[in-house]
Amino acid sequence: MASSNKHKSISYAKWGYFFIIPFFVVYAAFQLYPMFSTIRDSFYSKMTVGLIEYPEKFVGLDNYTNLFKEGDIFTYFGNTFIIWIIGFIPQIFVSLLLAAWFTDIRLKLKAQGFFKVVIYLPNIIMAAAVSMLFFAIFSDIGPINDIYKSISGSEEPYQFFGHITSTRLIIAIINFIMWFGNTTILLMAAIMGVDPALYEAAEIDGASPSQTFWQITIPSIRPILIFVLVTSLIGGVQMYDIPQIITNGTGSPVRSSMTVVMYLNNQISVGKNYGKAGTISVVLFLVAAILSLAVAAINSKDQIAENRAKKLKKKKMKGAYRI
Amino acid sequence: MTKLKRVLCGTMCLAMAGSMFTACGDDNSSSTAADVAPVEQKKEGSDESKNTIKIYVWNQEFQGLFRRYYPDYDAEKSGYDTAKNEKTGTGDDYLKDGKKVVWVVNENTNNNYQDKLDTALKAQSESDDKIDIFLIEADYALKYVNSGYTTPLKDIGVTDDDTKDMYDYTKQVATASDGTLRAVSWQATPGLFAYRRDIASEVLGTDDPEKVQAELSDWDKFDAVAEKMNAKGYKMLSGFDDSYRVFSNNVSKPWVENDTIQVDDQLMKWVDQTKNYTDKGYNNKTTLWADAWSADQGPSGKVFGFFYSTWGINFTLAGNSLEKSEKDGGKQEVGNGLYGKYAVCEGPAAFFWGGTWLCAAAGTDNADTVADIMKKMTCDKDIAKKLTLDTLDYTNNKTAMQEIADDASYGSAFLGGQNHIKLFAAAAPNIKMDKTTAYDQGLNEAFQNAFHDYFNGTADKDAAMDNFYKAALEKYPNLKKAD
Repeated sequence: MASSNKHKSISYAKWGYFFIIPFFVVYAAFQLYPMFSTIRDSFYSKMTVGLIEYPEKFVGLDNYTNLFKEGDIFTYFGNTFIIWIIGFIPQIFVSLLLAAWFTDIRLKLKAQGFFKVVIYLPNIIMAAAVSMLFFAIFSDIGPINDIYKSISGSEEPYQFFGHITSTRLIIAIINFIMWFGNTTILLMAAIMGVDPALYEAAEIDGASPSQTFWQITIPSIRPILIFVLVTSLIGGVQMYDIPQIITNGTGSPVRSSMTVVMYLNNQISVGKNYGKAGTISVVLFLVAAILSLAVAAINSKDQIAENRAKKLKKKKMKGAYRI
Repeated sequence: MTKLKRVLCGTMCLAMAGSMFTACGDDNSSSTAADVAPVEQKKEGSDESKNTIKIYVWNQEFQGLFRRYYPDYDAEKSGYDTAKNEKTGTGDDYLKDGKKVVWVVNENTNNNYQDKLDTALKAQSESDDKIDIFLIEADYALKYVNSGYTTPLKDIGVTDDDTKDMYDYTKQVATASDGTLRAVSWQATPGLFAYRRDIASEVLGTDDPEKVQAELSDWDKFDAVAEKMNAKGYKMLSGFDDSYRVFSNNVSKPWVENDTIQVDDQLMKWVDQTKNYTDKGYNNKTTLWADAWSADQGPSGKVFGFFYSTWGINFTLAGNSLEKSEKDGGKQEVGNGLYGKYAVCEGPAAFFWGGTWLCAAAGTDNADTVADIMKKMTCDKDIAKKLTLDTLDYTNNKTAMQEIADDASYGSAFLGGQNHIKLFAAAAPNIKMDKTTAYDQGLNEAFQNAFHDYFNGTADKDAAMDNFYKAALEKYPNLKKAD
């Protein structure tokens, strides 16, 4: 016995499993279990209104057919997408510009650290607090309306939260302000990862800064750009806290700033309609999953094409050597 | 090999998840019928719980009154300054017999208070830390009154004789379907129209409440005055929701019958009037409780008047009327802003707004103390009278209120010396709460919100109605839309 033990090597591998147990336990309890119970709820009629609990009943796909027959969810997906895109376009544009400036060797911007901190700051404040701030600024008796009144000479304030476009715009602006710093940092990291030799070569060849940007920077940081797009898209689909606070949960005016997650939250705010809420969650999950997969697919498709092109080049080069 | 591991891992995950599926599939033994018999307690309160009065509230109003007026409150031990009428110490509150008073404060917004209260009440039977008292508001009183989570007050010793001086509506709304009284209130909340004396003098030529009332006694006259106000550059009302209660309290059918939502004609009258006022510029397009709405009540406002009930006049309007707010060190005194420049009259229709009731939680382990608190705070004539004289609040005691109403020397400084209690005493017996349902709060809010879009012009009437039903059915998925 003893001799056979001697020959066995000591395995530390099991400790690895011990170390990752806490994560899996927490993950199972707080992520996996709720996820499966949500999926389960989506097939049940289950609700509690006030102090009355209604008995649970299996209804199969009824929740789904009702949800789509009602059709409201499409409107709310539309709202979410519109608000997201209004915020995302300036966000990616400004972030790219700032990232290019900060990393430009020839510009040599001073106090870079300071600016980086400043543009990142809005992301540190809670979305709820920023929303409250904007709500006060744009309220009927807020400073923006004071300025508006003194410029236009109008007695009546402009009701920013009484109009569809202005409400959506304000939500999008908050999203933009909160997230452009984060995107800038990501893109800067990406740009700094580009081989400096490429820029030097471009400079020697006499490329203009805009040529360098479009011909070298953009193609080189493509994967990160797509990463930014995916994370922003998934974050956008789940947009909740800002419109919730700005409109006090009503999605006013005319429920035009009601996002999908707000709609989901409304099902369990006063009366708790777990069945319908579960159904909306599952639909939301599927949409987010499909969007991510689609973007990832486009990305990998490009990469495959790129790899092929590289191989082709190599072959050609090899051919060249042979000659 | 790695592939095999992955497959194994995946199957294990699935198995785990599957076991959870089965775990949450049972226990459907919940009741649907509104059974009003008090819930049986499965567990007794601990010794500590027996020496603690646990009270659920959503703001500091009752806390303040309790500390100031409950005779058995141990002011010294609790660190309460009886001269300044405020708590200066930071410790717990105590009663003279040594029992501790614990306040559980949960904000009212977004149904938060009711959510927390519901969860706590459902856990009450199994808990050894019992809730003794919880407060409820008129808009959802029935939800708790008609449930097993409140105790019939006669069971803990609050008798019909104790409550004989209360206004009937305050008892009517707090009576469960088995006929037992489940909650008592220290206040009655008849509503009046509070108007600016200076604007009345300028536009109507008089600020005398009786003459102004004659000009506002029905809605047609009210509209006519609104036109006059507009001509002189004033607004009749501040916002969309101001007159809502005056209509909604005079409905001919309840919000919900047989689980079906019904929209009363009175509510549509509110919609039409408010749309008319908005289009003609008779109001300032504010919404209830918004900053702009509060600002309209102050010296910079141009609004003639506000529909307010008892507490609103003494607490909200008086505070908002000041030039230098109390936060900035201002005092409620004549000369500070509009203090002393308001007056009240009955307005075009009788209404009430708000009101707070005390419930004895089923399973309370301090029944005697709870009964005593109720008797002292809501049934005692002398305390009621003192409370009214000190705070201007209108208390739920007919005899005490009549005494003040008959006192010719009594007048409110805020209302320029007017005896508002006289008007309240005349209005209070007319209040009817027989059309209330447990759904009123949510449906009122949803209705007002949905029609703001119509008033603002972003939606037509049908779209607004549609949005109301959407919001209503989100809040109460058990209800149906009327065909």
